[in-house]
Amino acid sequence: MKGALTTVPIYKEWDIVGARQSGRNMAKDLGFSTVDQARIATAISELARNIYLYAGQGEVSFEEVQGDTPVGLKIIAKDNGPGIDQISKVLEDGYSTSGGLGAGLPGVKRLMDDFDIVSNENGTTVTVVMWLR
Amino acid sequence: MRIPILKLQDYLLVSVQIELDDQTAMQFQEDLLNKIHESGATGVVVDLTSVEIIDSFIAKVLGDVVSMAELMGAKVVFTGIQPAVSMTLIDLGIHLKNVQTALDLEQGLVKLKQELEEK
Ligand SMILES: Nc1ncnc2c1ncn2[C@@H]1O[C@H](COP(=O)(O)OP(=O)(O)OP(=O)(O)O)[C@@H](O)[C@H]1O
Ligand SMILES: [Mg+2]
Repeated sequence: MKGALTTVPIYKEWDIVGARQSGRNMAKDLGFSTVDQARIATAISELARNIYLYAGQGEVSFEEVQGDTPVGLKIIAKDNGPGIDQISKVLEDGYSTSGGLGAGLPGVKRLMDDFDIVSNENGTTVTVVMWLR
Repeated sequence: MRIPILKLQDYLLVSVQIELDDQTAMQFQEDLLNKIHESGATGVVVDLTSVEIIDSFIAKVLGDVVSMAELMGAKVVFTGIQPAVSMTLIDLGIHLKNVQTALDLEQGLVKLKQELEEK
């Protein structure tokens, strides 16, 4: 079963803020704790910034998912950018091609419950879920 | 948007009351360094009570502010970091090791005074 899908396009820097605010609001409506709302907003911020920095543009969408029992919030960050050469590298702490902390993707993996990344020369899609506890 | 920086004796006081987007964070970095230079301040307290999210980019900017201010002879203390924010920072693997923190503005000023007197 699926809930409503909300999509936020990422074109400009301010869209990063817009995306994390709508994600946080949705998390709040679903009943996530303050800490989990912050985790979700932070994960969205990382994914949206990666789109803005490395792909130029893309989108972040949110949807409510029902698993076996709990409700979850699924976030899909999708772009048609250059893709990532070495997926295993970018999941290591401290790997960055832009002089960043390289904390983004490994951080998102720890912030959220489920994490999946698909990347090739046609772009990158990161799908993450946090389940209501 | 710009974050106001107040001067109190030898100190600068900053209370971040708005959502920190990348541009605002970078502007703040620049403004604070300029203000330290102009005023000769020896200590800075940055209150983050109203900040609901610090991601890796903002964390890097804040960490850099501390190192840059230090080079200019000013100590920086962050205050009021929300519990949720401290937890997400740990998840991100960001430990802000060289960063001084205190519970609130008042404690932050006390900490600065102590640190500066030790020197
Ligand atoms: N959507 C994307 N498209 C192309 N490359 C990407 C994308 N997302 C991440 N990358 C690559 O993966 C690397 C690691 O990303 P990650 O978010 O972990 O760290 P960072 O963005 O470099 O630094 P930080 O997020 O800590 O500021 C990036 O430096 C970049 O090379
Ligand atoms: Mg990143």
